[in-house]
Amino acid sequence: MHRALAAVLLLIAITFPLVMQSLDQVYYVTMASRILIYALAATSLNLVLGFGGMISFGHAAFVGAGAYTASVMIVEGLPSAWIGWPLAMAVSGLLALVIGAISLRTRGVYFIMITLAFAQMIYYLTISMKAYGGDEGLTLTQRASLGFGLDLKDDITFYYVVLAILSVVIYLIARLVDARFGRVIQAIGENETRMEAIGYPVYRFKLFCFVIAGALGGLAGALLANQNSYVNPGILHWTESGKLMIMVILGGVGHLYGGLIGAIGLLGLEELLANHKIAWLAALYPNYQQHSLLGVGVAMLAVVLYAPQGIAGLFSRKANKRG
Amino acid sequence: MSAILILEQSLNGLQFGLMLFLLAAGLTLVFGIMDMINLAHGSLYMIGAFLAATLVQATGSFTLGVLLAIPAAAVVGMLLEVSILRRLYARDHLSQVLATFALILILNEAVRMIWGSDMPLSAPEALAGPVQLLPGMPYSAYRLLIIGVGIAVAVLLYFVVAKTRIGMLVRAGASNREMALAMGVDINKLFTLVFGFGAALCAIAGALLGPIFAVQVGMGENILILAFVVIVIGGIGSIRGALVGSILVGMVDTMGRAFMPAILREFLTPAFASATGPALASILIYIVMAGVLFWRPQGLFPARG
Repeated sequence: MHRALAAVLLLIAITFPLVMQSLDQVYYVTMASRILIYALAATSLNLVLGFGGMISFGHAAFVGAGAYTASVMIVEGLPSAWIGWPLAMAVSGLLALVIGAISLRTRGVYFIMITLAFAQMIYYLTISMKAYGGDEGLTLTQRASLGFGLDLKDDITFYYVVLAILSVVIYLIARLVDARFGRVIQAIGENETRMEAIGYPVYRFKLFCFVIAGALGGLAGALLANQNSYVNPGILHWTESGKLMIMVILGGVGHLYGGLIGAIGLLGLEELLANHKIAWLAALYPNYQQHSLLGVGVAMLAVVLYAPQGIAGLFSRKANKRG
Repeated sequence: MSAILILEQSLNGLQFGLMLFLLAAGLTLVFGIMDMINLAHGSLYMIGAFLAATLVQATGSFTLGVLLAIPAAAVVGMLLEVSILRRLYARDHLSQVLATFALILILNEAVRMIWGSDMPLSAPEALAGPVQLLPGMPYSAYRLLIIGVGIAVAVLLYFVVAKTRIGMLVRAGASNREMALAMGVDINKLFTLVFGFGAALCAIAGALLGPIFAVQVGMGENILILAFVVIVIGGIGSIRGALVGSILVGMVDTMGRAFMPAILREFLTPAFASATGPALASILIYIVMAGVLFWRPQGLFPARG
């Protein structure tokens, strides 16, 4: 059942650009790439937040570090994705190692706040990097090059590359959470004290999980910078961390597809409200499109109040009732 | 670095710190008593500032406008508490983050719908000029007013929290909510009251800082993070901690911005120093916070006994 669903989803995702191309709506392919990139970032956050129970409020720092690393490599004349993207993962992973090593000594609210503090530091650090645009941001002269005759400048090729990466990552995470490591991490998320008492090196497990998530966040950042051909400190702002958290909560905390569902839900809703005139809303308030975030906020609030398990939770509850 | 410059900057730091305290006091009580992460606290600051700007325009008097904005913001805060936030107390921190983040978006857009993206608000004419504080040291009269109001509110707050019955209930709630409940405190009413009180303090800060920064949508988002830094440094739920934390953060931040580039220039090349100075100054308070959390995970003045 689960595998069949994944196969159908993947099939839809693969045929999507072809359909859009035949409808002459390539714009939606670009948007879909963006959603998939955010899905990757949110999925990586879900690894720490959902499975490990660590409420990290600074994930944008890893995404941003990856984005900047990939961008700097291109600007400095090393456009190969085979160097730039792994390096972005390495830099973000290393950053996660340092931040995690300190932050994971705290618990609860203090963990939320200290991860936020570190993310703010990185944010201000990028603003100070005058050589790479500082406040203004950095415009990329080209997208990374991949070889094998693949041209990332082509939006459809780019989409397929992003889709391939996301699919592999979700597959690996599915394997990871079912492996011994994943079981331990989930048990820690459920009850840390118990795992400590049983004798697991809780701190090391959590740190490793945090580093993996950071590295994957860095990969998402590298892709994001390439798609926009632009990066600025804004992607490290705390509201971006908030947005990623929201995607995870919206989609389903600790659900394999939570990040994906949340990214589709949030960005899709944003797009729908901002760029498509909906007749009854327009009748209610003619200028509503200028205030599309209001609708996004109301939808988010409704999810918290009425669907505490997120969108994925709605489906699984139905499935449970049926079974 | 002359002594006068240092004195002037410490007054600026004190002024900023006191305003941060007004924000942090409400935030720390909500956080401490209700164990609730309220990201929308910054929105109350914004709403307070917009209300003040409107009322100052309508009444033609800065004092009257600000004084009217304070109860108005308190009403907004209490309405928010009764309608939405109350339903979040029993939920986990994640849900609270999501819901109050949603509130930020909603309130930002609501303000934009009602007032537009910004409002003019300037300091009263009488206080526009500088006063001669010491021979050779002029200082903005308006900033002096802020310091005065800040100290007055801090004293008042201390009196309310330390000496009155309401304050006693608030302290009881912050140090042990279950016990306070068991002793028959009407927690619901207390929460609404604390929220309104917090909103009123937000409005004072928003109205007074409005002329210095700017009254615009999104003004609450960056200062909110500073307020969180303050309460984490001070210890969640502790008013005294919030006061010490605020002054510390205000001072460190202001001094850092004023003197960090100059200090760096002593050791580094001028170009590098002027590039990294402001960033390092911005980072300074987060370093302080990380340090406090690392060595004193409960903050400087833990409220829970």
